[in-house]
Amino acid sequence: MSDKVLLDYGSGGRASQRLISQLFLGHLGNDELNRLNDAAELSMSGKLAMSTDSFTVDPIFFPGGNIGSLAVHGTVNDVAMMGAIPKYLTCGYIIEEGLPMDDLEKIVQAMGEAARHAGVAVVTGDTKVVPKGAVDKIFINTTGIGDIIADPVPSGDAARPGDAVLISGTIGDHGLTILGTREGLEFEANVQSDSAALNHLLVKLVQELPEVHVMRDPTRGGLATTLNEITTSSNVCCELQENDIPVRPEVKGGCSILGLDPLYLANEGKFICILPEEYAEKALEIMRADPLGQDACRIGTMTDANPGKVVMVTQLGGKRLLGMLEGEQLPRIC
Amino acid sequence: MSFEFLEKFRDPGLCRKMLDRMEAGLYDDLRFMEVCGTHTVAIFQSGLRSLLPEKIIHLSGPGCPVCVTHESEVNAFLDLAVNERVIMATFGDLMRVPGNNGRNLKKAVADGARVKVVYSPFDTLKLAQENPDDIVVFIGVGFETTAPTIAATMKLARQQGITNLRILCFHKTVPLALDALLSDDAINVDGFILPGHVSAIIGTHPYDFIAEKYGKSAVVTGFEPLDILQSLNQMVDWRNKGEAHVVNNYTRIVGDEGNPKAVEIMYEVFEPTDALWRGIGLIPGSGLEIRPEWEEFDAKKEFGITIEDCPPLKGCKCGDILKGIKQPDECPLFGKACTPANPVGPCMVSTEGSCAAYYKYKLD
Repeated sequence: MSDKVLLDYGSGGRASQRLISQLFLGHLGNDELNRLNDAAELSMSGKLAMSTDSFTVDPIFFPGGNIGSLAVHGTVNDVAMMGAIPKYLTCGYIIEEGLPMDDLEKIVQAMGEAARHAGVAVVTGDTKVVPKGAVDKIFINTTGIGDIIADPVPSGDAARPGDAVLISGTIGDHGLTILGTREGLEFEANVQSDSAALNHLLVKLVQELPEVHVMRDPTRGGLATTLNEITTSSNVCCELQENDIPVRPEVKGGCSILGLDPLYLANEGKFICILPEEYAEKALEIMRADPLGQDACRIGTMTDANPGKVVMVTQLGGKRLLGMLEGEQLPRIC
Repeated sequence: MSFEFLEKFRDPGLCRKMLDRMEAGLYDDLRFMEVCGTHTVAIFQSGLRSLLPEKIIHLSGPGCPVCVTHESEVNAFLDLAVNERVIMATFGDLMRVPGNNGRNLKKAVADGARVKVVYSPFDTLKLAQENPDDIVVFIGVGFETTAPTIAATMKLARQQGITNLRILCFHKTVPLALDALLSDDAINVDGFILPGHVSAIIGTHPYDFIAEKYGKSAVVTGFEPLDILQSLNQMVDWRNKGEAHVVNNYTRIVGDEGNPKAVEIMYEVFEPTDALWRGIGLIPGSGLEIRPEWEEFDAKKEFGITIEDCPPLKGCKCGDILKGIKQPDECPLFGKACTPANPVGPCMVSTEGSCAAYYKYKLD
């Protein structure tokens, strides 16, 4: 294969076949994918969870991962947040002509590793190569499907007054890493993306607890926006304790320099868990026993005081609204 | 500065003591105005506003550089952004600031304008070098905090022989705006929380007139809750004694003399000029313009831009809000016709705008 992706590789001809057999099957291959049929043949039954997401992250390589691992983690997590065991993934690639073949290989390799770690099989895929400038390097779409094992199924509209609000770890790491890498900024200490597949931990939670009301990953829009979505859907109030929200000092520092708020930064390896008060301690115990949840903590409580709103109780004991992000965060003048 | 150090300025127990002390010393209302958008946000974000005694009346002044940028200045940079010869460079704050006909830079980008958000004016040097066939125009909005860095960027551009960088200079200076406010009988302020960042450049002496000429107090203040509470307590004490002072409480950052080197660079490149402030109007001598010796960087000259007063947007009370005459939620447009998603004025969209802070943080 040439050292760069050429339009030929998306032609459907021999060049495409070489790309598929040498690169994609090499890293993502399994019995189903290797058949190279027009569609995958799957056996599933019962309630299913299905989710799709497109990944257009810039830069495509960042500390803690790349667009390939992110494309697996993002969709695996979305499926798992429904209390499901993710089983199969599809992958669609739109590649810009001229992308170094080494970069593509690193991305596909990372996808393969991420999928194996998550225990999901990539069962069908698609590749398009488009002229230079038509996309930015590479876009990846993944669709995931899994068996729902939770009963009741966690849902954004199921939060109730009195529920405990938990977070699985520190927030803002991914968002700040991406912004910092994009702008070529160096922070005091190393900050890296938290991108990870959370499905094994999520499965433990729904298996060991009788009831989990909401599980959500606070990706774009961050913790604040995700909690606003939940309070709106459930028509309850979320009262957060500012002191209890875990943010790494280096993330606080980076945000302070850039005029950003970590509460609105994206996360790719964290989840919010909202459940009845009586299961909160047990949930934290399960989360902390897993490396991906070792910093898990309680950050608040659902109440019926201000339905649809997120209220922050500050370090000083004052109260303020925590609204939904309007557009993207932009760095300020001073 | 380490966060462990800053945590000391957020100590809840000490803050409670300060609040109780203040409450005990308050016999009638104290109307204080902060003159910096970062203070506005800090007062809300820390929850301090919900804890202040009822007799403390909090006013947000003309301290957000985006908010005081005049309508005609906004329209000027929006017009220039769509010029095919131009790559516009700006801090992120200006991207959503509305001009006439609902325009803003974000929409201009969607229509094909080339606008680059930069984190430092120095980033424009590289941008200019990478695009030698274009003119890179940096929108110079801000107070004494940003002007010296932009002046230094121009000096460096000249040293490096960069000929395609221009500055669209809308800089304003803070002390004369306070003088204008205090000389207006309609405005009723007992004391000022003076800006930490601006004061780090100009020091404290340019504010001495506040006590000497108007008999009001003013305190250069940091951005942590205890910084703000200490300054408020001092102003309560002074008022009870019938005194007025201008003091520097932010000594960990601000020297009384400021940063003379930065001031020197600023005035080497810029000179005072009359400036239009949004909602306030013309304040003689309160702006900065590029000196004739540096005119090769002047975007206004290059593109023949003139800034003229124009009527404020109908119904928008930003002027009264910036002057502390009205609170943001007293504006008839607040939260209805004017929201962060559909801002009528920059006060609702700037990260440091008082209307945006009210909308975003105020619980009831």
